[in-house]
Order: sequence, then C-alpha cells, then structure tokens
Amino acid sequence: MTLLITHRLDARGLACPMPIVKSAQAIAGLVSGELLEVLATDPGSTKDFAAWARATGHELVEQSTPDDGVYRFVLRRK
Amino acid sequence: MTVESAPAAIATPERETSPELREQRPNRTNELLIILESGDLERMWGTLILATSAAAAGMKVSVFLTFWGFYPLVRPGVRITGQNWMQRMLSFLNRPGIDHLRMSRLNFAGMGPWMAKRLARSQGVALPGELLEIAGSLGVRLIPCQMTMDLFGLRREDLVDGLEEPAGATTVLEMIANGATPLFI
Repeated sequence: MTLLITHRLDARGLACPMPIVKSAQAIAGLVSGELLEVLATDPGSTKDFAAWARATGHELVEQSTPDDGVYRFVLRRK
Repeated sequence: MTVESAPAAIATPERETSPELREQRPNRTNELLIILESGDLERMWGTLILATSAAAAGMKVSVFLTFWGFYPLVRPGVRITGQNWMQRMLSFLNRPGIDHLRMSRLNFAGMGPWMAKRLARSQGVALPGELLEIAGSLGVRLIPCQMTMDLFGLRREDLVDGLEEPAGATTVLEMIANGATPLFI
C-alpha cells in the first residue's frame, strides 16, 4: 500500500524531547486523516513515538529505518 | 535497510494498549504538576524536558516554581533586590534568569554549565532557555510561589513575562487532590 504523505518534518540531529515536540506542533496543522512523515536520528525516538501515539491517539502507521541511524515515522492525525 | 509495519516493529505489551486497563489508570485528568524547588541547571533541564514532552502529548502541564527554583523566573537584568541586607545579599549571590543556572556538581565557577551547554549544542539537545520558550508556546503554565517572592523581597515586575498569578501551597495541593500527577523536583 502506498501512503499519500502530504507533510514532512526533518528532526534529524535533534535530541529528546525535540522530535516529539516538533511533531506535536507540526501535526496540529494537519486535518484529521492526513499523514506526517518524520525523520529522526534520536535512537530513543523509536520508543517515544510509539508512546506519544498511544497518549495522543494519532496513529503510528509506519516505522522504518531507511538509512543507518535514521528513523522514519509515518503518523496519521486523529 | 529494513522496513517494518508499525505494530510488528514496536514490542508493546498488550496491557499498554488495552482500553480497559487504560481506564483503570489513576491519572484520568491527564494533568501533570511539577513542583520545582531546585535552581540547579540539570533539574531545571529535566523539568522542562518533562513539561514540554507532556504538553506535546496533550497533557495539561503546570510548573510551580518555589525557593531556589524561583530565580530563573526573575528578569536577568534585575540584580540587587529586596528591602533589607539579607534579601539584598540573597539576590546578589543568585544571578537570576534561565541562562545563569548553576550545576549541583562540577560547577567550577560556571565552567561546568558552559561545557554542558556546549555539549548539548553539539548533540542537538535544546537548551533550557529554548525549552522554556517552547513550553510557553505549548501552553505550559508557570506558577510562581508567592511565599518565595515575599521571602526574597521580589515584586511582580521583577519577574519575566508570561507567568500565571503567584500562588501558594493550597493551590498546588488542590491540583493534586483533583487528580494532577505531582512531581517534586
């Protein structure tokens, strides 16, 4: 399935809590159902994005490691 | 390169997602209250990281700043304050502002914080001053302790902008009684 990603956020090089904080700010500008792609290099973000999705209700649609040390998250705004 | 779908990639125990158990969690108000008593750089840093993370996750967050945690709320330019020599000495010995915090260990007359901030910069860690600004934009409420303000001889106009009305212990206890998760730092 191909996901239609309309919004992207580059959080590479940022440490906790900035990837989550910037994602929260970015996803607030989306309408329900839209997708946000986030790139991060913080290894802790794999756990944090899952917890953040559970807390907020946004859906973590996809999680991958496109490059060594880069984490990619696709989130759907609730 | 590995591509995984989210449910498989995250080892999440079933209980974390179970709505029944989520309902049973004691904190149903989704509210966090941090009581910051310390003026140490590392504790302020931790406070702001928790506060911004919680606000980003949709929690209502309040930080009550008391005693040594109070000076970061004083305008950086405000130096000798107070009505008597003890208050004046206190203000002289405690340089105010979020950018002038000392570390509880390895302070070395400011070398420690300087190095910690340089390291933070190189590691992509946001500095306390930046986090404080973000906290404000995320709606984190900063509540100054009225008693500390009086004790230190500070006035409302000595404090930075964007603060809530000063309050006391009863206000804080009421928030806890109403279900806010309290942290004392």
